[in-house]
This record gives sequence, structure tokens and C-alpha cells, in this order.
Amino acid sequence: MEVQLIKIEKRNDVSRSIYFLTPVLAIFLTLFGGGIIFYILGFNPIEALKFFFITPISDLYGLSELLVKATPLCLIAIGLSFCFKSNNWNIGAEGQLIFGGIVGGGVALLFYNHDGFYVLPIIILSGAIGGMLFAMIPAILKTYFNTNEILVSLMLVYVAKLLLDYLVVGPWSNPEGFNFPETRQFSESARMPILFGGLRIHAGIFITLITVFLSWLILYKTYLGFQIKVSGLSLKTAKYAGYKGKTMIIIVFMISGACAGLAGVGEITGPIGQLHRNISPDYGFTAIIVAFLGRLNPVGIIFASLIVALTYLGAETAQIFLQVPKYTGQVFQGMILFFLLGSDYLLFFKIKFLGLKKNEL
Amino acid sequence: MYKLFLRSLISVLFLLGLSINANAEFKVGFVYVGPTGDHGWTYQHHEGRNAVEALGIKTTYVESVPEGADAERVIRQLAQSGHDLIFTTSFGYMDPTNKVAKDFPNVKFEHATGYKREHSNVSTYSARFYEGRTLLGHMAGKMTKTNTIGYIASFPIPEVIRGINAMTLAAQKVNPDIKTKIVWVFTWYDPGKESEAAQALIDQGADIIMQHTDSTAPVQVAEKAGVWSFGQASDMQRFAPKSILTSIIDDWAPYYVERSIAARDGTWKQQDTWHGLKEGMVAMAPYNSAMGSDLIKEVEQLQKDLASGKAHSFTGPIYDQKGNILVAEGAVADDGMLAGMNVYVKGVEGDIPQ
Repeated sequence: MEVQLIKIEKRNDVSRSIYFLTPVLAIFLTLFGGGIIFYILGFNPIEALKFFFITPISDLYGLSELLVKATPLCLIAIGLSFCFKSNNWNIGAEGQLIFGGIVGGGVALLFYNHDGFYVLPIIILSGAIGGMLFAMIPAILKTYFNTNEILVSLMLVYVAKLLLDYLVVGPWSNPEGFNFPETRQFSESARMPILFGGLRIHAGIFITLITVFLSWLILYKTYLGFQIKVSGLSLKTAKYAGYKGKTMIIIVFMISGACAGLAGVGEITGPIGQLHRNISPDYGFTAIIVAFLGRLNPVGIIFASLIVALTYLGAETAQIFLQVPKYTGQVFQGMILFFLLGSDYLLFFKIKFLGLKKNEL
Repeated sequence: MYKLFLRSLISVLFLLGLSINANAEFKVGFVYVGPTGDHGWTYQHHEGRNAVEALGIKTTYVESVPEGADAERVIRQLAQSGHDLIFTTSFGYMDPTNKVAKDFPNVKFEHATGYKREHSNVSTYSARFYEGRTLLGHMAGKMTKTNTIGYIASFPIPEVIRGINAMTLAAQKVNPDIKTKIVWVFTWYDPGKESEAAQALIDQGADIIMQHTDSTAPVQVAEKAGVWSFGQASDMQRFAPKSILTSIIDDWAPYYVERSIAARDGTWKQQDTWHGLKEGMVAMAPYNSAMGSDLIKEVEQLQKDLASGKAHSFTGPIYDQKGNILVAEGAVADDGMLAGMNVYVKGVEGDIPQ
């Protein structure tokens, strides 16, 4: 029997423009693949794709919703890019988001029926600090006790979720709410200002934009950013250069946690307005896709978060207008990641066919 | 030239007419919290939707809508895309439903299991599930050998506590030694947690398992362990054919049909509906013949009496766990008391989580 032998070789020169074009290619392949799936499911592919990707953003309300959905994704992904760039695998952004929400929400409840311009900034700040502290747990355990940050950060998601469950069922539940698992609605002073009447887009978007700008500054214009990049490329080099690895690990986790905490506090003071058990539809996990789709680059992440947010909105619209199953949205997200990783692989490695050889087995 | 103009004018008007017609078509929207295939809560609402669809009324549904920031958008999109009546079928949609209702005064909204009707176009509806619990209690009291009933509870809200109390009172009536053991799982749907809870209750000596959660896991655990069980929300008989004595069925179809017709014909009015066995919103699946025909006859009689009003699930004297009287002898609890119920009756073990 003869078999084809292949050899996988690393490519030495990868052009920068192609590197940033592959996500676009991945999106086109996803559209194509999605069209085929719609066709198999018995829908007109063009019409289905139109309802999926164009109808949701064809009016002002839709555009505002897109930004409402993309805001937390972008924030979290920006934070995660610090971790991922430096080879720290923070998988627990969802937990950091929830913990930030808990701390921010607790402060909001503390200021219940309390007016003052300072209320909201305090809540936002405490949410960021909450997420930051929660992210420091896996960081400190990693640096001083050599634990695996993937496991620790992931398991802490469940801790945060259960803590939130406990608080909204028990001590923080609305005294007038018949024991339903939710807190009071926050006072007006604790809510993000709405930018346009009738739309849900809120001031949280400015926090996101400022964070994007600061991240770009830190990553590309500071010594810390340089350290992060070097550590990501080669830990040994970083050590040889004398960088303090432990401090850096803790700092990237702190940044990442603070961003997730901000996202959490933005959700509860923005569109939700209270604490309950479902403050996040797994934004913290989806943001991992966003971070990689955006090439861990602040500007790339903005676009990636918009595209991923659109897959959520599209899944809803396609369901309303065509009764396409809701889970097609997740299939689209999966396909984007699959095509991106697939094209990445071919970008960095080449496959050589070495011809047919006799199989000796 | 003139003819061409006329022709295009006619076709434009025709298209316009079509689109107006399309907009004017009466449509009903449904928002579900779970997937339509959950065999419990959402499945039954979907059955209700199918009944509306069978009338020739166009319906739309959106499934697995998280009860967070997304709910408002989905409800608003349904309202915006020409749906005239929208059913939001989970408690967590209460505030978003009222918020959207404010902006769409011509669209009617129906929210399941909530208590806020902030605008005149919002109705609420729920079922007197506790009447079914009374029947389960009667069967459980007769069938148990260990005098221990295991109860898997979701959240300590009045609806769930009412069910626990109604069941315990009915069981005590036929078997004064009965004890109700409760495990709180703090979820509506989590097969893993629910089956662990069922196993824990069986290990503590419960030989009857009942659930106020929506998955089929508890009845499957009961089937394996050889103890009796009761299905929830839909007929779960096929998941545990030997173990299940009956299921409490939520039958939303008659209500959905009635309200859809009312909205279509312009007779829809705001209301707070709380229907039970009488109206058929609560129904019982066929009784397991393993109970014996005598017991089945008793239960069927009790079911008739509850439906006709001859019997009431909460007839005094009813005492709380400390022995204080809640409902005097001969009296029945009024709806206000039922709606806000937050204490256990005597015979229930443990404390309500606070």
C-alpha cells in the first residue's frame, strides 16, 4: 500500500498585510459556509444572510443595539489581549465580569435613593476594582504557587456565579420583590446616561473607547507594552533581558480583570439596571473569540466585537423573520473562529507533499 | 410614455398595497426562555403557540432568550416588526416587557408569572399549579412507605412555597406522619443539579420524588432507584414509565387561543389571570395504574372537587412550622395570601432560604 507523505514546515516570511487580511477572509468564508448551511436547511441563502447581517443594522435602533452588544465584548477582549499577548491564559473573564458587577451593584444598592453626580463614577470605579481583585487570584496563585491559570480562572467563574446567585436570592434581594431572585432597580443616579432618547446606547461606550486608546498607548508606546510583547514571543528572552516576570503577570491580569469588571458594571448600570442571575450571556467567553479575531490588536478588536455582536443580533432577526433556529448564531461564531485558525495555520506553515512512499506497516 | 407611467404607477400602488396588507396581517409573537425541546416549561408554551397557529393566525417565536439585556431588544423587535400580541413567557421578562409596552401602546403584551402591569396594554397570567400539587400530595401520602417525601425546589418564591405547602397539607390529610424534605437547587433547568438533588433525597429515605424544576432528570433518577415520582410541566411519562404516578401539565393553549382571538377581534382587555384545574390551565396526565383503582378514583374525585370549588387546597386549620395559626378552621386562604406566601406549613422540614 502506498501513502502520501506530507511535511509541515514553518514559513519564515509572513507579510503583514496578509496577516491582517486573513480575518476578513475568514469572515467571507463564514458567509459562504453560512449560505451553504442556510441552503441545506431549506432557506434562500441570500435572503437569510440579508436578514442575518443587514436587517439588524438597517435602522438607528439596530445600530444602537449593535453598539450596546459590542461594548462589553470589546472591553473584555481588550483586557484579554494583554493577557494573551504575554502568554497568560485568562479564561475567567466571565467571572471577573460578574464579580465586578457584584461589587459595582453592591455599591449601587448602598447608594439607593441617593442623588449626586459622584454616585455613578464611584460605582464604575468599584466595579473595575472588583474585577481587578478577582483576576489577581489566578495571577498570584500562578506566580507564587505555580498553579495553572487556565484552570484557576475558569473555576473562579463558577465561584462568582454562585456568589451572585446567593446574593440576589438572599441578602440583596428586593424587599418588595416577593423573593424573586433579583435586587431592586438602581436609582437614576446610578444608571449610565442614555445618549439618545429612545435608544439604549449609553455612556459606557466612551469608557470602552477610552480603554481602547489607553490600551494602544500601553501596548505600543510604553516599556510595559514592550515587556508584554517580548514575554509573549519568548519567555526565555524576557528572563534573559531581566524583566520581572511575576510583576508583569500580575499587572496583565489586573488590567484584564479591570476591563471585565468595567464591562460588568456597564451592563448592570446600563441596559439592565439591577442585579439578577443573568447579567451576562457569557460575554466573558465570547470575548475570547473577539480577542483572537481582532488579532489581539486594539483596533482589530473594535471591528471583531462589532462583527461578533452582529452574529447575535442576526440570529435573533433571522429567527423572527424566517424562524431560522437560534443556534445558527453560535454556528456562525464557531465558523469564524474555525476559518480564522485554519487560515492562520496555512499562513504560518506550509504543507509539503513528499510524494508516494511504500507503507511498511 | 403615458402608458408606461400608468403601468408603473399601478404596479407601485399594487406593491404598496401588498406591503400594507403584509403589515396589517394579525401576528402573535412568543418569547421563550429555553429551547422548545426542553420537555418542560418552554415545550408547553410552544404547544400553546401551535394551537394558536392551528387557527390560521400567524405566529413567530424566539427561543432561548436570556433574561438579561437581550430580552428588551427581542421584545421590541417583535413589536416593531408588526406583531400585535406578544407573549413573554418567563418571569425575568417582567421589566423589559413593561418597558417596551410603554413605547408601543397599540401592541398588546402578555407576561407570564409576573406581577407588574404598568401600562394598560400589559396583562399578566399564571396558573394555579398548587391545585395539582394538592393531588400529588394526596397520592404521595397514600403511596409512601417511608413517610418521607422528597421535593426538589427551584427558588423560594411564593409560587414554589405554595406548591410545597399545598402538597404537604394534602399528604398530611391522608397520612399524618408525613415529612417533606426539600432540596433547593436555585435553578429552573439543570439536569445535573436536579439529578444530584433527587439522589440525595432518595438517600435520605424519600420514596416519593417530586420537582418544581423543568428537566426530566429527577424522574429518571427515581425510575432507576425504584421510587415513585411525578412529572412537571409536561407529561414526562415516557421518561420514567414505571416510576411516574402522574404529571402536572401546564396547558397554555386555551388561554393563548382565547387571548389571540380577543386581540384580533379588538376585544382584548388588560387583566390578571390565574387559572387552575377549572379552566384547564392546570391539567393532570393519565394516572399510573400501579396506584390501584381505588386511589385513582379518590384522586379523580378530589380533582373534580377542586375544579368545582367544593374543595380548596388551603382549607383551615393551617398552622405554620411553629404552630401559629395561618388559616382558621373552616376558612380558606384568599388569593392575596396565596400570592404572597412566604412561610412553610407545619410538617415541612427546614427553613426557607433567605
